[in-house]
Amino acid sequence: MASLITCPHCGVRPKEEFAIRGDASLIRPAPSASDEAWHDYVYVRANPRGRTVEHWHHIAGCRRFLVVERDTVTHEVYSVVDGTAAAREARR
Amino acid sequence: MRYSAFSIVRNALSGNLNWKPQWRQPQPKSHYDVIIVGGGGHGLSTAYYLAKEFGVKNVAVLEKGYLGSGNVGRNTTIVRSNYMLPGNEPFYEFSMKLWEGLEQDLNYNVMLSQRGVIMLYHSDAQRDAYVRRGNAMWMEGVEAELIERDQLKKMIPFLNYDHARYPILGGLLQRRAGTARHDAVAWGYARGADQHGVDIIEHCEVTGIRRENGVVTGVETSNGFIGCGKLALAAAGNSSRVGEMADLKLPLESHVLQAFVTEGLKPCIDHVIVYGGGHFYISQSDKGGLVFGAEIDGYSSYAQRGNLATAEHVMEEGVSMIPGLSRVRVLRAWGGVMDMSMDGSPIIDRTSIDNLYLNCGWCYGGFKATPASGYCFAHLIARNDTHPVARALRLDRFARGYAVDEAGAGPQPNLH
Ligand SMILES: Cc1cc2nc3c(=O)[nH]c(=O)nc-3n(C[C@H](O)[C@H](O)[C@H](O)COP(=O)(O)OP(=O)(O)OC[C@H]3O[C@@H](n4cnc5c(N)ncnc54)[C@H](O)[C@@H]3O)c2cc1C
Ligand SMILES: [Zn+2]
Repeated sequence: MASLITCPHCGVRPKEEFAIRGDASLIRPAPSASDEAWHDYVYVRANPRGRTVEHWHHIAGCRRFLVVERDTVTHEVYSVVDGTAAAREARR
Repeated sequence: MRYSAFSIVRNALSGNLNWKPQWRQPQPKSHYDVIIVGGGGHGLSTAYYLAKEFGVKNVAVLEKGYLGSGNVGRNTTIVRSNYMLPGNEPFYEFSMKLWEGLEQDLNYNVMLSQRGVIMLYHSDAQRDAYVRRGNAMWMEGVEAELIERDQLKKMIPFLNYDHARYPILGGLLQRRAGTARHDAVAWGYARGADQHGVDIIEHCEVTGIRRENGVVTGVETSNGFIGCGKLALAAAGNSSRVGEMADLKLPLESHVLQAFVTEGLKPCIDHVIVYGGGHFYISQSDKGGLVFGAEIDGYSSYAQRGNLATAEHVMEEGVSMIPGLSRVRVLRAWGGVMDMSMDGSPIIDRTSIDNLYLNCGWCYGGFKATPASGYCFAHLIARNDTHPVARALRLDRFARGYAVDEAGAGPQPNLH
């Protein structure tokens, strides 16, 4: 894994400052969605080999949730954006 | 060839030129009754028990690399059955019993060493948790001993007992637990399976799963198409990738775990010692090297290499538990790709496709499970019926609300 992550708020920081929450490509189902939809959201993971997007929490910095796009084989980090900004972008 | 003292003498006298390879290198046949994907410990033990215990002999194991190139040859070799939950403990104890008879069964020295595994506690709360775990083990008929500080000091004098933050107050000991030589386990099962007629095909990567009318008819491989009656997946860290070939959606994430070995030392660490202040575990190999590891790096990864920050953290944990370790030089470090499941427990089950069987989710504890995993998987494949000790390890347990969450960490793979 890359040792340094560029937080959009705090700048270049060691990756140990972050906690990884997991897959950011999942979309939370509506509260009334089927059990199957909830099962898939809570338990099933695409687990890609290659490009992936994840929620990282900058716990030892700004404490914002970020969306990190990176590669699970080369460990290259492509982008780090603020979680709220990413969600707003997705809604557009 | 059966091994014996006599065979060693005879081969020594003939210049050691007449040893036979331990397994054949066959060309794949066009069709097998059962194909197993993955020539790690679990794939090989499954093939062995299928042929030996369940009479299914027309079997192939397909391995993309060389035999033992996956996690079976990368782990820290700890075998134990000191789990707490009723869904896990009978399974791991079944495995422990198979370990105890494995060398005789395989006619192969897997160097099982029941040196005892001790898990240290550093607070009253942690002591309570270990008392509870020990009692849970006893309830499944497995011996566990609580070792208090004074007794422990006599057993293992070199620990950092008076650490300011993590004083060592005692430990929970399973005397029957210990280590086994991981490569020998892979080789022993491979040789045994081969002797029962199983074809072990190395350097043969499965690239696709062919299906007709909703059932599997065979696999596409780097050596062409091979047909099968039943297909069994045992691809460990690559389970999601292989499962995807049959549109399976699995509750897994692949994560990297590192291990380390030091220069050889005279015998100094007699047990497997597990630190409770972090999750550091250490033992001494028969060559003298100290073998140790800790937790996964924490980010999902398919690369068989870890991060330096984790290496540093592991060393810090080790020195915090055994200060004398700071003087020892580390020779090598490596990583393996773990199939981390959503509750930290494994999966041995059928799938939505009738003749497709699944074995995965071993997280970083699957080496100890090698015998039981193979036995139960073979039982399932041969009889279409779950082995009694694997009943809690079904794939649909998440949907049914019966996760087996030993750590109590919830559905987040990097916390198990
Ligand atoms: C550093 C480390 C330390 C560990 N320490 C311990 C320990 O102390 N105790 C313990 O109990 N467990 C431990 N484990 C966990 C244990 O090693 C694994 O859970 C276990 O080995 C997994 O099962 P396996 O042996 O079948 O896996 P593997 O040996 O990984 O077998 C899977 C095989 O499938 C093959 N494969 C994948 N995809 C394909 C394909 N498409 N076609 C053909 N073949 C394919 C792979 O090449 C691989 O050989 C550790 C693991 C690591 C990495
Ligand atoms: Zn930040």
